[in-house]
Amino acid sequence: MVSKRIVLHFPHRLVNQPIVFKLVKEYDLQFNILKAFVTPEEEGLMVLELSGKRDNFDKGVEYLKSCGVKMQPLSQDVVRNEEKCTNCGVCVPICPTEALVVDKETRKVKFDNKKCIACELCVKICPPRAMEVHF
Amino acid sequence: MKTIKEINDKIKKGEVVVVTAEEVIDLVQKKGVKKVAQEVDVVTCGTFGPMCSSGAYFNVGHSKPRIKIGGGTCKLNDVPCYTGFAAVDIYLGATALPDDDPRNKVYPGEFKYGGAHVIQELVSGKDIRLEATAYGTDCYPRRKLDTLINIKDMNEAVLFNIRNSYQNYNVAVNLSDKPIYTYMGMLKPNLGNANYCSAGQLSPLLKDPHYRTIGIGTKIFLGGGIGYVAWHGTQHNPSLPRKENGIPQAPAGTVAVIGDLKQMNKDWLVGTSMLGYGATLIVGIGLPIPVLDEDVLRRAAVGDKDIYAQVVDYSVNYPNCVPGSLGEVNYAELKSGKIIIREREVLTGNLSSYSKAREICEELKSWIKKGDFTLSEPVAPLPKADSGYSFKMLKERPVLKKEE
Repeated sequence: MVSKRIVLHFPHRLVNQPIVFKLVKEYDLQFNILKAFVTPEEEGLMVLELSGKRDNFDKGVEYLKSCGVKMQPLSQDVVRNEEKCTNCGVCVPICPTEALVVDKETRKVKFDNKKCIACELCVKICPPRAMEVHF
Repeated sequence: MKTIKEINDKIKKGEVVVVTAEEVIDLVQKKGVKKVAQEVDVVTCGTFGPMCSSGAYFNVGHSKPRIKIGGGTCKLNDVPCYTGFAAVDIYLGATALPDDDPRNKVYPGEFKYGGAHVIQELVSGKDIRLEATAYGTDCYPRRKLDTLINIKDMNEAVLFNIRNSYQNYNVAVNLSDKPIYTYMGMLKPNLGNANYCSAGQLSPLLKDPHYRTIGIGTKIFLGGGIGYVAWHGTQHNPSLPRKENGIPQAPAGTVAVIGDLKQMNKDWLVGTSMLGYGATLIVGIGLPIPVLDEDVLRRAAVGDKDIYAQVVDYSVNYPNCVPGSLGEVNYAELKSGKIIIREREVLTGNLSSYSKAREICEELKSWIKKGDFTLSEPVAPLPKADSGYSFKMLKERPVLKKEE
């Protein structure tokens, strides 16, 4: 089994097509939509947790690429600007997945990209605005 | 037992013993108050939290021909300054916003850029746009000014915070069923989180709870440079109930601080945006406590588990000035990441960076050890717990209209 959190960018021409449905039907993959929207430029953006057998997963990814869907791992999306972060920790109770936690020794805030689901709750509540979204 | 003069002599000779407000706690537990009071000369404290009553005044220099900004208008990077002074003296407050900022019209407002951000950019050495209008006089004929200006070209640039370093603060929660956006951060509904704002056992006024060594004229670390305690801060409220160790159980003492902004550093003055609330400035402050005797040391060695704060509802009680605490917690509990309120586990977040406060304690310690920073004798005390000085609410009175 493989399970990955990925960001999919759908070009304009694909926004109306049932692509994720095919991932389930043809490749037997499971998905959990973490976030989805259509941007003003009419690009579709979807954050998915995708899981299934290794060969099915790879075939599914190939299928997405062949359709023209751009992919990137989720971890690239929410980035902490280390220069701006003051390590106060006000983001910690807001984060729903414990991707932001206080290190008991250093009292600094640790950000674990792998746990981040890109909900972006931390972005606007960060006082020095150190959490940045990069798509 | 020791005087500030004796400690300063030790600093000059390079023989001074300095420990941080954190180190002193363990040291006293191991060796006892008596021994440590003999060995240690100075305890360094620090805090790095947002303070809205921050600001700076500037003398921008006279233009040719002269302009009298006093009584006119002035903006720095679009953020309005106070101009009710002489020709080219202005004051910029941390929470000031550009006139066209939507504020909370689109709720919750983002407040991405305000006076605090201008102060941080000035300190960073960036050029800032200065725009001014004036009514014109015989001696100050100019009506308009629009120029770039840099902090190094100003005559004076002085940080002057009329309130800072709160001695203790509330723990903010939300009992309502909607999220609220406060100066204590975003509070999730139904006790979704509990935010606090203090460096606890590192915070200056918690380590000298009766203001025995801190007074007017005390030299401090301010924003990475040197500053002074100018006065007691606004809303100074020393007469609150205190625990046996002398520490107030709610927000109490404050100090007003002043220092040369030109010497300060962007790492210790950070412009911030509180969602739905406004712009504010995080200010790094460090304060040395001279270990004059065992009593000073005993109080400086109090740890987080003996410092208590009140849990306050910010959905109804705080905005409507309804007194009442949902309970008392100590800073060790707050720092553990969760506290119990109404039999529920609530996650905690700090607005005041403990790790940065720790860095300030270390930085000030190194300044003193190197002999770069000597201690000053306060010239007057702050109003103390028995002074009768206290914080008053506004009494509103009807305004009688004069008959035409």
